[in-house]
Amino acid sequence: MKLVDTNPWAKLRRFTQARIALGRAGVSIPTKASLDFQFAHARARDAVHLPMDRDGIVARLEAAGYPAIELKSAAHDRTTYLQRPDLGRRLDEASRGKLANLAEKGAHGFDIAFIIADGLSAFAVNQHAIGMLEAVRPSLVEMNWRMAPVCVVEQGRVAIGDEIGALLGAEMVVILIGERPGLSAPDSLGLYLTYAPRVGLTDVARNCISNVRPEGQSFPIAARRLLFLLTEARRRKLSGVDLKDEADVAALQADVPQTRKNFLIGDRDPD
Amino acid sequence: MSYNHMIGNRSFSFPDLKTLLAKASPARSGDYLAGVAAGDDSERAAAQLALADVPLKHFLNDALIPYEEDEVTRLIIDEHDAAAFEPIASLTVGEFRNFLLGPLADASALEKLAPGITPEMAAAVSKIMRVQDLILVARKCRVVTRFRDTIGLPGRLSTRLQPNHPTDDPTGVAASILDGLLYGSGDAVIGINPATDSVPAVCALLDMLDGIIHKYEIPTQSCVLTHVTTSIEAINRGRPVDLVFQSIAGTQAANDSFGVNLAILREGREAALALKRGTVGDNVMYFETGQGSALSANAHHGIDQQTCEARAYAVARKFKPLLVNTVVGFIGPEYLYNGKQIIRAGLEDHFCGKLLGLPMGCDICYTNHAEADQDDMDMLLTLLPAAGCTFIMGIPGSDDVMLNYQTTSFHDALYARETLGLRMAPEFEDWLLRMGVFDRRIIDGAERLRPREDLSPAFGAALARIA
Repeated sequence: MKLVDTNPWAKLRRFTQARIALGRAGVSIPTKASLDFQFAHARARDAVHLPMDRDGIVARLEAAGYPAIELKSAAHDRTTYLQRPDLGRRLDEASRGKLANLAEKGAHGFDIAFIIADGLSAFAVNQHAIGMLEAVRPSLVEMNWRMAPVCVVEQGRVAIGDEIGALLGAEMVVILIGERPGLSAPDSLGLYLTYAPRVGLTDVARNCISNVRPEGQSFPIAARRLLFLLTEARRRKLSGVDLKDEADVAALQADVPQTRKNFLIGDRDPD
Repeated sequence: MSYNHMIGNRSFSFPDLKTLLAKASPARSGDYLAGVAAGDDSERAAAQLALADVPLKHFLNDALIPYEEDEVTRLIIDEHDAAAFEPIASLTVGEFRNFLLGPLADASALEKLAPGITPEMAAAVSKIMRVQDLILVARKCRVVTRFRDTIGLPGRLSTRLQPNHPTDDPTGVAASILDGLLYGSGDAVIGINPATDSVPAVCALLDMLDGIIHKYEIPTQSCVLTHVTTSIEAINRGRPVDLVFQSIAGTQAANDSFGVNLAILREGREAALALKRGTVGDNVMYFETGQGSALSANAHHGIDQQTCEARAYAVARKFKPLLVNTVVGFIGPEYLYNGKQIIRAGLEDHFCGKLLGLPMGCDICYTNHAEADQDDMDMLLTLLPAAGCTFIMGIPGSDDVMLNYQTTSFHDALYARETLGLRMAPEFEDWLLRMGVFDRRIIDGAERLRPREDLSPAFGAALARIA
């Protein structure tokens, strides 16, 4: 008795993590695929609630030669964080004081500040934040940019980078933050860039590079794209919608798909 | 003016219309976050009673955001059709609900009425409607749009094929497109969210989608969901743009946060119209919305999120879109906390959009930090097609590997059509039969379209190109 219709295009699975060629029982998803999905959902739910390995990240930062500052948002636990995005966008009093103190002692006025925040997937940050930093650092050193100490923020959202950047007197800020975990990608890191950061900016003032992880945008590709945006932002003194990611420089030609070629169309590009 | 209501010995007072609307709104986390929700259930019920007594005419004279401050308000007021409004001009919100449920409000009456209804009127009446009311009335509304096929005919449910890939890899995208087409998905649009908003990457995707649609002569349209200015730039570079996409919201300030305004949207529409790429019609815009977007940009002016959402539909209808999609569960639990709130919001958005004359679809979805699961989505997936929803999403196995959320699968659309006896757009259905992807079968005495077990020859040839 044949219970499941399989799909003769299962060999396409190696080209995407998408759940293609699942087959069907009647018109529905077969039992095994259905239960696999439920398991993946359970795992992603768990990733949302995993705490950031703050001590480990700070230790690794310091070992790699980055001074680090530990900060907290005004959302002091996960439940509050999930329901009060406004609190996750602002530092708590103690953290604000900490940065003000450092500024008085001279830690103020930088070309760039990097911030690491847990966001919605501490898993992503634990795994990838330092690798990403290491991928951009050599070029920044080469350009002689003055880098602020790396801030490690618990229960932070994207906009908290703007407050931190302003307190540090940084010309530009880049926040490395865990993106909402997906079923197939519980470990995606997002990079958000703001020129002239200050409290109250919206997404229109930011540029984003998402899906940074080994199976998504690799560190080298994300780093090249970020460096392009950073140098352009600095040259044009702006970020966001007005700064298009025209990252089609020769160096990226090989990485950004520039072709419509695929098996559905065939090898030859018509026209 | 203030609105008062007395129940038993407790008196309730609401200082202005926006407060009354907010307190009358069924409970949801975003309104609590904004601090505009009712303090308790009694206050909410009293607000609903008070709202039911408000004459519809009040909404024309009491702008929630001042006319001078907000171009969405100006759009709503300036384009209000007084003649269309006339049949309901003497009604209160409560009477409006009775009218909508009754036999006078048939498909043709509702169509004529749409330009006379403001978003605030639609939002107000939705707040005093139960789920079954939202379904019954929306089901009566007819909104038909066209580009290369016909969307929104009675008894039809279309799908957006959403072949997202984390790096926009052409082969990976093509794999999801093929999977979707072979499951009968994509009659509303083949619409991809690009991994980044870069002009060259967007152009490459546009070329690719155009190549596929042309080669297989698929009666559908493509869309790369990028910022409107990027689509305009692609058009300037001579690229094949079918539909211009944009996320929109219900206040000028929220649209500012998206980097758009009415002038830019008009420019985008005109650029797409000039290409004359539609074969059966010229609805060239694709909009996405969602409750909470105005608040998340701190641009809600103290207005509840469902009313803000309805105001976004005034922006949408100005530009005669092919499709409007409320991405209901995408924004997260701080705006819609759980399955119950997501389900209600999806039905409200669909109802308000349809009442205002929009081709409303819904991204029936949730994120992994919301208190929702597949069972919740199955409920909305069953309720929305019953309400005559124009289209839903289709992705492989419900898992969007780029945007990291769960929406409806190709299989889900087949389930909804099977259960409710719905079909896809007629041109697309003919194409699936012609290509040998689906065939007609008689099942329990009823004709059904089903995927064929053997592979369509044209797509078999494509697969043979892969080792």
